Amino acid sequence: MPYKPELLTTAASMEELERLIGAGADAFVIGEERYGMRLAGEFKLDAMAEAVNLAKPHGVKIYAALNNLMDNEAVESLHAYVAAVAEAGADAIVFGDPAVLMAARVHAPGMALHWNAEMTSTNYVTANYWGRRGATRYVLARELNMEQVIETTEGTELEVQVQVHGMTNIYHSKRSLVNSYMEHRQEPERLVQRDKDRGLYVMEAERQDERYPIFEDANGTHIMSSDDICMIENLHELMEAGVNSLKVEGIMKTVEYNETVIRAYRQAIDAYLADPQGYEFREEWLESIRAVQDPNRELSYGFFYKEQVY
Amino acid sequence: MTVTERSTARYHGKRHRLDKPELLAPAGNLEKLKFAVHYGADAVYIGGQKYGLRSGADNFSFEEMREGVEFANRYGAKIFVATNIYAHNEDVEGLEDYLRTLQEVGIAAIIAADPAIIETSQRVAPKLEVHLSTQQSTLNWQAVQFWKDEGLPRVVLARETSFQDIAEIKKHVDIEIEAFIHGAMCSSFSGRCVLSNHFTDRDSNRGGCCQSCRWKYDLFVDDMPLYPEDEDKFTMGSKDLCMIEYLPELIEVGVDSFKIEGRMKSIHYVATVVNVYRQAIDAYFEDPERYELKREWVEEINKAANRPLNTGFFLDAPGAEDHIYEPEEKAAPYDFAGVVLEYDDKTGFATVQQRNHFKLGQEVEFVGPKGVFFKQTVSELTDAEGAPLDAARHPLQPVRIRTLKPVRPMDMMRKKTGNR
Repeated sequence: MPYKPELLTTAASMEELERLIGAGADAFVIGEERYGMRLAGEFKLDAMAEAVNLAKPHGVKIYAALNNLMDNEAVESLHAYVAAVAEAGADAIVFGDPAVLMAARVHAPGMALHWNAEMTSTNYVTANYWGRRGATRYVLARELNMEQVIETTEGTELEVQVQVHGMTNIYHSKRSLVNSYMEHRQEPERLVQRDKDRGLYVMEAERQDERYPIFEDANGTHIMSSDDICMIENLHELMEAGVNSLKVEGIMKTVEYNETVIRAYRQAIDAYLADPQGYEFREEWLESIRAVQDPNRELSYGFFYKEQVY
Repeated sequence: MTVTERSTARYHGKRHRLDKPELLAPAGNLEKLKFAVHYGADAVYIGGQKYGLRSGADNFSFEEMREGVEFANRYGAKIFVATNIYAHNEDVEGLEDYLRTLQEVGIAAIIAADPAIIETSQRVAPKLEVHLSTQQSTLNWQAVQFWKDEGLPRVVLARETSFQDIAEIKKHVDIEIEAFIHGAMCSSFSGRCVLSNHFTDRDSNRGGCCQSCRWKYDLFVDDMPLYPEDEDKFTMGSKDLCMIEYLPELIEVGVDSFKIEGRMKSIHYVATVVNVYRQAIDAYFEDPERYELKREWVEEINKAANRPLNTGFFLDAPGAEDHIYEPEEKAAPYDFAGVVLEYDDKTGFATVQQRNHFKLGQEVEFVGPKGVFFKQTVSELTDAEGAPLDAARHPLQPVRIRTLKPVRPMDMMRKKTGNR
């Protein structure tokens, strides 16, 4: 089969999903907070079924997010949920807890399984480990550099997914940290809304230019990156390496923003596939993104070209 | 010792256990290992030169591991090695040799999170047990069952599990459960924090954590700092875990290994904490019905603690009182002053190796395994040759002190912090 990378994204609502299909997205990760982590929006089972019906005629795929760290309580209903997700017609299950794998073996045999443990998916040996246990795709940690991404892609038979645009999670606690702080200040009523729509962020004294969004939901407290990855200039490097899925993370962005970004990446991917040899990055793609980018959030290369120490 | 060899019965939902749980202590170097074992740890976990999450600790060479295993064997104790990084591709090279050497050196188990390391170890070093690290953040019985099916004899649970969660897991799966019972805690799910990567380009999941969660932050609402120019800023930093008051519950819920955190901690800290939990576990098994928490155990723990303490997630999710918003007092109230090298019955003098400055007239206390201790004033102090001293000023200098009571090698002498 000729190489054709997938342009994967998220959606906060049915309306956004529809518009992003129009903008050129090939696939979506959706789900509900109870089983999925840091979702752009809620898609309960009936909405997921509706999304599948909406997407299918366009050849667009729907992946169900079951990537939470599951507790005993979630496990009780997990089996039924996995069965229901399969019933709803999802094309794959995204997971990061072995409990989901156990449930999928029973209730969704043959379903594509995407291993996504975020920051802990860091090497090809581990990719192959999950592959032998049923995973069909390995979602790479955003903290890997380009060399490691390329090596991992070469080192595994699994599909490889890489985030190319948007925000990333950098800290996840089960604790309600903002609420605890407000209680410590004895003013819990001053900040009742603490979800991802509230626009809260933290800043560190030495890093006054960096705003790290923070929010709470049923899964705890989440701190997000102060910059947005933007790999559109260098997308060809990932395509040359054969990366199977290029993800635009749409969490905490407007539909207009995501539409613009998807359109730009769509054009880049299509231009590359039309003529890999003669492909050239076009500045206008990046310009279109810059035009909608929050000036307080830098567009960056993430960790793709960084050296980390330890 | 496996779970199946154990006699456990159920009575009113609790386990009446005939065997003791393992007391598992950290050691950042060989000397700490020896103290941990001497003070009563059943097992000690250490880090090697690679694959561990404490790149800032001294860590062990294979030679030191060999010596540590030999020392531990004399006490019937085991040594585990933390290989708990999430490996990158370049870390894979050399992994097989490393694991084979651990097995050859006599290490009993590795503590691993990354399947790359788990699988490689099972393949090349089958005698090494693989214990699933807390870095996998395992919270549910189904995931525990998965790891059991994968051949792992033990799972270290996520620090976010409660007593109820542990009971549920033990009910469903027959496997050894290890739980942190004491020490510092990540406030994030373990392994799910890359603050260090973002702030300082140091990879937290490969040992580079710079503890950004303990820094102070301004919280912005509507683009304005919520509390401008204020002392108590926002932070994610947690108080430290201390479960000494809930020891019977930990035993009865069926935790198989009681784990103390702190490969970066001092000898004094590790020995003191181990000493207390050793006594408490032994007292419980001596007579479960009449077991009572002793006030001196809590006092002992507080002497070594360098942060306020709490009970983590065991009882309830942590709230406002479980985090440290105030400026931190880093120093523990008591400090290591010296270690006893030998004791001369005839003269009543102990030879003590200096570990921190102390002087004539200062009040000190002696502590040994089982917590036997007494206080005294340093009344007679000489150097090794018998020349009088007014203070022990030089690190590691052997000095002689007249002690009120006989002491033994590896007893510790401590003093109040800052009291010179």
